[in-house]
Amino acid sequence: MSTSVMNHDAHEHEHHDSGSTTLFGFWMYLMTDCILFASVFATYAVLFMNTAGGPAGHDIFELDYVLIETFALLFSSITYGFAMIGANRGNKQVTLLWLAVTFVLGAVFIGMEINEFAHLIHEGFGPQRSAFLTAFFSLVGMHGLHVTAGLIWMVALMLEVKNRGLSPRTVTRVGCLSLFWHFLDVVWICVFTVVYLMGTVQ
Amino acid sequence: MSQHDQAHQDHGIKPYVIGFVLAVILTVIPFWLVMSGSMDKVTTLWTIVIFAVVQIAVHLKYFLHLSLTTEEGKMNTFTFLFSALIIVLVVGLSVWILYASNAMMMG
Repeated sequence: MSTSVMNHDAHEHEHHDSGSTTLFGFWMYLMTDCILFASVFATYAVLFMNTAGGPAGHDIFELDYVLIETFALLFSSITYGFAMIGANRGNKQVTLLWLAVTFVLGAVFIGMEINEFAHLIHEGFGPQRSAFLTAFFSLVGMHGLHVTAGLIWMVALMLEVKNRGLSPRTVTRVGCLSLFWHFLDVVWICVFTVVYLMGTVQ
Repeated sequence: MSQHDQAHQDHGIKPYVIGFVLAVILTVIPFWLVMSGSMDKVTTLWTIVIFAVVQIAVHLKYFLHLSLTTEEGKMNTFTFLFSALIIVLVVGLSVWILYASNAMMMG
């Protein structure tokens, strides 16, 4: 009984291409990234009250602005989903179109975040002002860096899809970026809840 | 090779649309709660935390396709649950220790 089950498993494995292993490996990387984010969240939770006479969260956060940022990222999640469906179905044009839309939405998000940071630094509320602002810039900035990396990756992927078409290997890569992109949206839920919403509730 | 042998399952458009609609609702309500300030502080805090947890679950299910039925979904789900345990330990215990020591020094 057990040998036949094992034989069956081995048989299954022969037929699988390495795509699913790659995706699982990438998922493992994302879980370690999760722990990195968790450490920075812990740092923020410990430091956010230490404003050193500077502004606290509710003095500097503009929730309507953050809501627009959040929606840019949320829309980019569903548009990436459409790109993924296109890739799975081998439709090159659909994949490229939705990847481009996702890129624009991601760029809007990053643009808004850079604008927010520039605005804060201009007012003298840069990361050196207080422990709270250091933790704020580190946490939100780290998420922003990840999104920026995702955008660069997306450009590379669009070029690959455009030039080489949707081979199984390329579709696996689209799948990896899909995990990365949706993962960043999950991290953003934690960011807007813990940093912006909790920081504003007084 | 049949469709079934491919590493990537085609989940279709439906989970993305369901996930997106739920995510919009679960985003708008906590923002509205905080912006309108219609509840007291403690209730608002707990409500937005619950909304965040539910929204994370929605994203994991509908966008990241975690499930307990497919083999790949199971692998990903259990690695995620293990990471979640580590995160609870790292964040929860750090915050507990540092807040307790902070309270002792203030007292």
